[in-house]
Amino acid sequence: MPRLSAGRRHTVRVTLNGRAVEGEAEPRMLLTDFLRHVLGSTGTHVGCEHGVCGACTIDIDGAPARACLTLAVQADGATIRTVEGLAPEPGRLSVLQDAFRRHHALQCGFCTAGILMSLDIYLRDTPSPTEQDVREFLGGHLCRCTGYVPIVAAALDAAQKLRGVARDA
Amino acid sequence: MKPAKFDYLRAGSLAEAHEALAAEGPDASVIAGGQTLVPLLSMRMARPRLLVDIMHVEELSRISVQDNAIRVGAAVRQAALLGWPELAKRQPLLAHALPWIGHAQTRTRGTVCGSAALADPSAEIPLILVALRGEIELSSGKAKRRIAAADFFTGLMSTAREDHELVEAVRFPCAHHGEGHAFREFARRHGDFAIVACAAISDANGTRLAIGGVADRPLAQDFGTLDGSALDDALQDFAMELEAREDLNATAGQRRDLVRQIGRLTIEEARACRV
Ligand SMILES: Cc1cc2nc3c(=O)[nH]c(=O)nc-3n(C[C@@H](O)[C@H](O)[C@H](O)COP(=O)(O)OP(=O)(O)OC[C@H]3O[C@@H](n4cnc5c(N)ncnc54)[C@H](O)[C@@H]3O)c2cc1C
Ligand code: FES
Ligand code: FES
Repeated sequence: MPRLSAGRRHTVRVTLNGRAVEGEAEPRMLLTDFLRHVLGSTGTHVGCEHGVCGACTIDIDGAPARACLTLAVQADGATIRTVEGLAPEPGRLSVLQDAFRRHHALQCGFCTAGILMSLDIYLRDTPSPTEQDVREFLGGHLCRCTGYVPIVAAALDAAQKLRGVARDA
Repeated sequence: MKPAKFDYLRAGSLAEAHEALAAEGPDASVIAGGQTLVPLLSMRMARPRLLVDIMHVEELSRISVQDNAIRVGAAVRQAALLGWPELAKRQPLLAHALPWIGHAQTRTRGTVCGSAALADPSAEIPLILVALRGEIELSSGKAKRRIAAADFFTGLMSTAREDHELVEAVRFPCAHHGEGHAFREFARRHGDFAIVACAAISDANGTRLAIGGVADRPLAQDFGTLDGSALDDALQDFAMELEAREDLNATAGQRRDLVRQIGRLTIEEARACRV
């Protein structure tokens, strides 16, 4: 790849929620801003912008990662999933999203997109977590509304339902 | 909080990375996982003219066993080392310590070598390198050198690395048969940087304890087979020698107290784990 010069915009191509998309970014543009302002996917939230709160967590190449700690140019060529990609079709929620609704696992919703993305990947890789496992994993996220109890309950409920789905398949 | 302007180069080979670092000197920064550098850029505490991304250099992404040490290349992420199937068998101490670095969501991007290059006094990887007498491989276009961890970490966020040098790999010696290992850390919350972190290795000849989070860099000492009040006294002396830092998280006195208490528990646990 040639050296990308500061102050100029460069084409960044990613696969976003299954679709090949591209946009222009200066080298200094954060992936959060690229997703929200250039690609128009505002589901990913920005809280602290220094890696602590987890609101911006997305799926980069199959692993949960902070979009605010990633430059758009670093993500060129990556496969990205964001909260917009979770629902199986318009008007339907994923198993995890539905568990969040039933357990009141969100209030203001600011932290929710990041937590959903983290847990979506986590439950795929860890189908039978203990409550302690879920709590430890959620340590990478801050929620100022719920007190975490309903989030943990929703995650464990979703894990159980997803195991059932896997058994029936 | 947005970074100031910089050029970006995604190095396709080690030679290209070396060349860019040599040409730009102190105005260039390596970017590895970006978990520390990107916030520093956003807060404009770092203002490099060029970022050299080393994460696509194939030969830097390997974990191998060489000369009875685990060699971890500069593009290996913390999560990848944690997921390496041989880790617990080859070096249990490293396997114990890695889950304490930040969160699952930062270990997916942060690298092992980036943590060594940064040399945060509370970081787990520098501590384990010092505890195990590991080594750091530095390279530039012209030369390569290997340096003992104890000599590499020179102070608060400072190392023996020259601006044009890359941390190409770090080496963690493999565990020897019959050794016992223990790792303990005290922080306000799991995932925070350690206030005090302790790593101990015990064999028939004695026990070595390394402490992070207290001095300006991780430091180790051998405690032989001391126990009882003699061990307390030796830990007290070590705690004093560390010249504990004082910050918002803990006073120097609290840190010394943690060295005495947790240091002792870690030594005892390592001894009990010996087979
Ligand atoms: C919320 C949060 C919590 C964290 N908690 C912890 C913790 O508990 N313990 C801990 O140890 N760390 C913690 N970290 C930091 C850790 O995640 C970083 O991964 C690590 O410190 C740096 O690795 P990196 O690959 O991200 O490096 P980068 O951020 O890319 O680089 C860090 C510095 O090292 C230099 N550098 C990187 N690689 C090389 C190389 N190969 N050669 C030469 N120079 C290089 C860069 O130029 C830069 O100056 C935390 C980070 C966050 C965001
Ligand atoms: S906005 Fe990225 S972690 Fe807070
Ligand atoms: S729902 Fe408001 S911060 Fe989590």
